[in-house]
Amino acid sequence: MTAQAHSSTPSSAPADFTAARPEWLDGLWLILPTLLIVLGMMVVPLIGIVVVSFWTQTGFDILPAWNLDNYRVLFTEEGALYRILIMKSLWMSLTATIAVVVLAYPMAYFMAFRIEKSKLIWIILLTVPFWTSYLLRIFAWKVILGFNGVINSGLKFVGFIDKPLEFLLYNPTAVTITLAHAWAAYAVLPIYVSLEKIDRSYLEAAQDLGDSKWKRFWRITFPLSLPGTISATLLVFIPTVGDYITPTLVGGTSGIMIGNSIVTQFGKANNAPLGAALSCIMMLAITLAVCAFLAAIGRKRLKAADI
Amino acid sequence: MAAPMISLKSVSKRFGTFAAVDSASFDIAPGEFFSLLGPSGCGKTTLLRMIGGFERQTEGDILIDGEAMGIRPPNQRPTNMVFQSYAIFPHLDIAENIAYGLINRGLDKASIAKKVAQALDMVRLSGLGNRRANQISGGQRQRVALARAIVCEPKVLLLDEPLGALDKKLREEMQIELRQLQKSLGITFIFVTHDQEEALSLSDRIAVMARGQVLQIDTAAALYERPNCREVAGFIGNMNFFEGRIVSIAGGVAAIEIAPGQHVRVPATNGAAPGETAIVAVRPEKIDAVATAPQGSDNVVSGRALAGSYLGDRSLLLADWREGTAPISVSLQNRRSAVDADIFTKDAELWLTWPIEAGVLLKN
Ligand SMILES: Nc1ncnc2c1ncn2[C@@H]1O[C@H](COP(=O)(O)OP(=O)(O)OP(=O)(O)O)[C@@H](O)[C@H]1O
Ligand SMILES: [Mg+2]
Repeated sequence: MTAQAHSSTPSSAPADFTAARPEWLDGLWLILPTLLIVLGMMVVPLIGIVVVSFWTQTGFDILPAWNLDNYRVLFTEEGALYRILIMKSLWMSLTATIAVVVLAYPMAYFMAFRIEKSKLIWIILLTVPFWTSYLLRIFAWKVILGFNGVINSGLKFVGFIDKPLEFLLYNPTAVTITLAHAWAAYAVLPIYVSLEKIDRSYLEAAQDLGDSKWKRFWRITFPLSLPGTISATLLVFIPTVGDYITPTLVGGTSGIMIGNSIVTQFGKANNAPLGAALSCIMMLAITLAVCAFLAAIGRKRLKAADI
Repeated sequence: MAAPMISLKSVSKRFGTFAAVDSASFDIAPGEFFSLLGPSGCGKTTLLRMIGGFERQTEGDILIDGEAMGIRPPNQRPTNMVFQSYAIFPHLDIAENIAYGLINRGLDKASIAKKVAQALDMVRLSGLGNRRANQISGGQRQRVALARAIVCEPKVLLLDEPLGALDKKLREEMQIELRQLQKSLGITFIFVTHDQEEALSLSDRIAVMARGQVLQIDTAAALYERPNCREVAGFIGNMNFFEGRIVSIAGGVAAIEIAPGQHVRVPATNGAAPGETAIVAVRPEKIDAVATAPQGSDNVVSGRALAGSYLGDRSLLLADWREGTAPISVSLQNRRSAVDADIFTKDAELWLTWPIEAGVLLKN
């Protein structure tokens, strides 16, 4: 732009670039609306949560009495439940995430390498489940896994069982299955994009240099798809840890997650400061988990994947 | 020829009814620098990829060092390929790229490291082993691709326009390097290019292709001096064509009537018979142009100058000899101090002459 404007006025003195506003300002205008929304809708409430987590609830009032009691509770006998819930939430999310990536990777691979024409149709097909609401999809799983649900009545009809299986619904496995299904499509897209981006000549070169197809996958395809796979993992793991709708609907008593108890603190238990503290701890736990994940992948491979 | 390194047995590749390569049959000797030359879309890449196993032939078979390849995948063929895009793996550094194929051959770490160092040395990239593909220049990338393929010690190296992405100067440097490397390693090279100069200067033999067919396989000199059809003659260098009819053949010399009552004589070829239509092809530099009617020349065609241009070492002249035919181009060496200056003025009358051996008789 600048060069063009410059060349159209050859008689003028050379532009004084030092006087121009710094380059990083150019982009600022573009992100300003988003930035304002993020500031107003996320940063401010977040600060609010952190602040409240240091206050105290007495009766119906929240007193700005600064202290660490809410956090201290978590490390005492009474807080054991929360500690277990946090660990359990992380674990359930992790299982769901692994299931999602394992499910999504072949789908993405299929779309990237096996579909030659009309890939767009496949991408649209992938979004079809999203045309119904999240709640409906969870209810659908309830119908499938329930006491008189699709699986139980099916098995009964075939004669495999006399009584409905009770371990299908209202437990952590039901939550994990539902989460995995609900989030699979989110994971397919980033993995698909990074697979699609891989130059086919790399694959041919690898085979030319002696790789079997299986070996080639682990030496070329998978490492080059790491950016998408890592983002898919984070994209699924982070939001599912705090989910509370799924455990509420299909988790029963054994399947509740930390999100449920945070909701309880803000609602029925009427202890917002403790809920806020739990939220903060949760955020910290997720941050640590993500850092541990990235560290496990290793700096070298992350850098290599950053092409 | 000794036992061929590569032997194509009527290899075809069809996409639907379209034949990208149509029944190619030829042999390539061990250690030969063999080029596939032809215009864009003539099937060079397809043929090369079939030899490498990246594309399945629809008919025929390819023998490498006596072994029928059938539908063997690339990893089970004694060939390696230098890709046009180089295909340097972006997540590995240069040394790891070069080691890639060696790891598959089950060598131990120490000998891999040694071979990689030697290979880097061979392509003059020592010290760049830790860089990545996006941290080196195009020419260096080309050499990495070459080294990566060569360390695998293939029997045949396949190169698909490996110099296509380089600028002219680098290209010429790499041509010399490539040729030296090939001679010192003794590996059979199959080199795809659409640049005839490149093919002529590098190759032991060249296969000229068009529309999926192999038209002629010969040395550079033979292709230039004795093309076997109009297409090859026109594709390699410049060529003048006189169309006519063979009127007589005597003593190995054919007389062709190129205009009513006007004859030119060329060495006869096998199978040519009086009465057939034929083409006489003559290179521009084999024709002499003079301002006065020559005496006792083998072939004389009178004409008129259309345009002339002075190019320093030589001069180019375009001459019209007959209404309705393509003008004849003549390349005159400026060795003699006195090329007739008159013949370069437009519409000047002139005579084109050439000896019998300068012409080539082609089938129409
Ligand atoms: N997958 C395919 N399906 C249909 N036709 C194809 C396919 N691949 C190649 N072709 C056709 O086969 C012909 C030969 O292609 P090829 O790539 O071998 O040409 P080339 O000689 O290498 O040309 P260039 O010099 O432009 O690289 C072309 O006409 C091309 O359109
Ligand atoms: Mg090609």
